[in-house]
Amino acid sequence: MSEEVEIRDAEARAAAARAADYEHGWSADIEQEFAPKGLSEDTVRFISAKKEEPEWMLDWRLKAYRHWLTMETPDWAKLDIPPIDYQDAYYYAAPKKKDALKSLDEVDPEILRVYEKLGIPIEEQKVLAGVEGARKVAVDAVFDSVSVATTFRKELEEAGVIFRSISEAIREYPDLVKRWLGKVVPMHDNYFAALNCAVFSDGTFVYVPEGVRCPMELSTYFRINAENTGQFERTLIVADKGAYVSYLEGCTAPMRDENQLHAAVVELVALDDAEIKYSTVQNWYPGDAEGRGGIYNFVTKRALCQGRNSKVSWTQVETGSAITWKYPSCVLNGENSVGEFYSVAVTNNYQQADTGTKMIHNGKGSRSTIVSKGISAGHSNNTYRGLVRVAPQAEGVRNFTQCDSLLLGDKCGAHTVPYIEVRNPSATIEHEATTSKISDDQLFYAMQRGLDQESAVALIVNGFAKEVLQQLPMEFAVEAQKLLGISLEGSVG
Amino acid sequence: MSLLRIENLTNTVADKPILKGLSLTLNAGEIHAIMGPNGAGKSTLAYTLGGRPGYEVTGGSVEFDGQDLFDMEPHERAAAGLFLGFQYPVEIPGVSNLQFLRESLNSQRKARGLDPLSGGEFIKLAKEKAGLLGLDMEMLKRPVNVGFSGGEKKRNEMVQMGILDPKLAILDETDSGLDIDALRVVGEGINAIMRKPDKAVLLITHYQRLLDYVKPDFVHVLAGGRIVKSGGADLALELEREGYAEVLA
Repeated sequence: MSEEVEIRDAEARAAAARAADYEHGWSADIEQEFAPKGLSEDTVRFISAKKEEPEWMLDWRLKAYRHWLTMETPDWAKLDIPPIDYQDAYYYAAPKKKDALKSLDEVDPEILRVYEKLGIPIEEQKVLAGVEGARKVAVDAVFDSVSVATTFRKELEEAGVIFRSISEAIREYPDLVKRWLGKVVPMHDNYFAALNCAVFSDGTFVYVPEGVRCPMELSTYFRINAENTGQFERTLIVADKGAYVSYLEGCTAPMRDENQLHAAVVELVALDDAEIKYSTVQNWYPGDAEGRGGIYNFVTKRALCQGRNSKVSWTQVETGSAITWKYPSCVLNGENSVGEFYSVAVTNNYQQADTGTKMIHNGKGSRSTIVSKGISAGHSNNTYRGLVRVAPQAEGVRNFTQCDSLLLGDKCGAHTVPYIEVRNPSATIEHEATTSKISDDQLFYAMQRGLDQESAVALIVNGFAKEVLQQLPMEFAVEAQKLLGISLEGSVG
Repeated sequence: MSLLRIENLTNTVADKPILKGLSLTLNAGEIHAIMGPNGAGKSTLAYTLGGRPGYEVTGGSVEFDGQDLFDMEPHERAAAGLFLGFQYPVEIPGVSNLQFLRESLNSQRKARGLDPLSGGEFIKLAKEKAGLLGLDMEMLKRPVNVGFSGGEKKRNEMVQMGILDPKLAILDETDSGLDIDALRVVGEGINAIMRKPDKAVLLITHYQRLLDYVKPDFVHVLAGGRIVKSGGADLALELEREGYAEVLA
C-alpha cells in the first residue's frame, strides 16, 4: 500500500459523524505496554526511556514534574471538579510495538479495526482515486498515545514541511523542538500544563519553513482507548516567516464509566507574516444523561504571534467532555499581529464548560476578534471567560468581542465573565453580549414546515452558531453541524 | 371528497375556552374565507389545526385527507400536506431561507417516501416560485425573515407555500401589511399555487380586499368560537358594507 493516499472528504466526514454517535460504546482489546500505575519520577523516567528521548528532554520533564508537585489544582473556574487521584491512573499506554512500521499494512490489524469502527479514514485512504481538485487531508493518527501511522509525509517533505509525532521530532529535529518547546506555554504556567510537561506521551510537531504555504490541511484524529489512561498530548506548530498552515484536530472516545483526564498542551508560533489556522472539533464522551463518566478536558492552548503581521486563528467546536477547562489564547507581540478566537461550546445533561480566550496585546497595532457562542441545555453549565489585555506600549490596538448564549430549557446556566485590562488609551475595545432562548415560535414555525423537533433544534442552533461554523475548513463544517444536532438530541420537549 | 372536516371542535388556550363547537368542511378544489371580529378565534383555529403547543383540543374531531389530524405531530401534518401561512412569520437568524426550505421540503419528501431533491433541482424550483411572487432570489439567500419588511415576510410565506406545494393552505391574515401592489401579487400567487382541483385554501382575513383577487367559493363568519353564518362570495361584500354587528344581528 502506498503511503500517499487521498481521502474522500464526504465519506470521511460521514464516517466521522457516525463515530460521533456513541451508541457503540465499545472498547478494543489491545495488548498494552503500561507504565507502572501512578505518578512518580520513575513514571517520568519510564516514559522518557520508552520514547528513547535524549537527556535534555528527560531533565526537562523531571524539572516540570518537581514543579508540579508544588502546585495546586486551579479552582477559579466556574466548575465543580471532583478530586482526581493522580496515583490511580496509568500515564503511558502504547500499542504493542513491532519493529518500525514501513506501511499501514504493518499496523496492528486490531488497531485498524478500531479505526474502521470509529470511521477514522485510514482504511479509506487507499480506496480513494481522488476527486479532481479535492483537497487532501494528511492524517497523523494517534492511537492512544503513540503515533502508529503518518501519511502524506513525502508530499509534505517535498514542500519542506515537517509533520511528525512529537517523539519523532524530539529525536530527528532536536534543535527546532528545543528552541520552541515550552516557550509559549512555560512548564510552570499552570497545574495541568506542568503535569503535561512531565508526562506527555505523544502529540504532533509541525514546522512550516519560510515562505511555504502548506499544500494540504493537516489533521490529527485523537483517540483515547485504554482504561484509566490519562491522555497527555503535546502539540507544537511553528510557522516560519511568511508561512501558512491550517491544522485540524478532531477527537472521539469510547464509552466509559470512569472519568478520564485529558490535559493537553498546544503551542503555536507564528513569525513575521506567518499565519496559522487551528481548528478543533471536540466530541469526547460527555458522560451519560445522569452525569456519570465522561472526559475531563483540561487543556492549555496558546499561540505566540511573535512576528510582524503574523496571524493566528483559533476555531473550536466543543460538544464533548464532562468538564471542559480551556482557553486558546494569543500573545500578540508582533506589530500589527492578529489574533482570532471563534468558539461554539455546547453543554447538555450535566456537562460543565468554562472556556474562552486571552488576547494579550503587546504589539503596536495588534488586533483581535473574539466570537463566542455558548449553547446550554439540560442541567449543564456553560461559561465564557475571556481576557483582553492591552500593554502600555501597545498603541492603536483594536479588539472586538461578541459573546452570545443560547439556552434550551430552564435548568441550565450560561455565564459570561469578560476581563478587560487596558493600559494604553489609544485602544479601541468593543464588547457585545446577548443571552437568548430558543423560542417556541421558532420551533413551531420550523416544525410546521416539516422538520421534526430535533431537526428544528439543530437547524436553529446551527443558525445561532453560523458565524463560527463558517470559519471551519469545509472538511470540518459538515461534521460540526451534525455534531451540534447530535449533542442536543433529547434536550427539548 | 372532503379534504378537511372539522366537527364540533372545542379548545382552550391557557385554560381559556376559545373554540366552542366549530364545524367546517372544505372539499378539494374549494377556497373558503373566514372572517370575523377581533378575538373571535380565527388565529386560534389556524394554530390549532397546525398543532401548536399550548392550543389544547378539548373536544370534537378533525379529519384531514382521510386521517385523524390530532394523531399527527406538527411536522407530520406538514408532510401530510397542511401548510400554515403565519400572520407573524418568525425570524430564524443565521439560517438562510434556501437552507430552511430545502431541509423542510426534503424532510417532507422523506416522510412521503420520496427521494430528496438535489441542490440543483431545488434551486430551480425555488427560482420559479420566487419569480411567481416577485421575490428576488437574493432574499432567499438571506436568513429566514430577518430584516424583512412586513410585506416581504408575507410574500416569503407564499414562496414557501409554492415550494412546499401543500394540499391545504391555511392563510392567517396573509393580506395584513401588504400594499396594494403586493396584495395583487400575493393574490395572484395564491391562485397560481393553490387554485387546483386537488387543493383547498382556508383564507383568514379581516378585509374584503384580498378576496378581490382570490375569489372564495364560500365565506364564513367566525364569532364567539364557532361559525355563525356561511354564504357565498357576496357575504364578504355584505360584511364589508354593513359590518359584523349588522350582519350578525
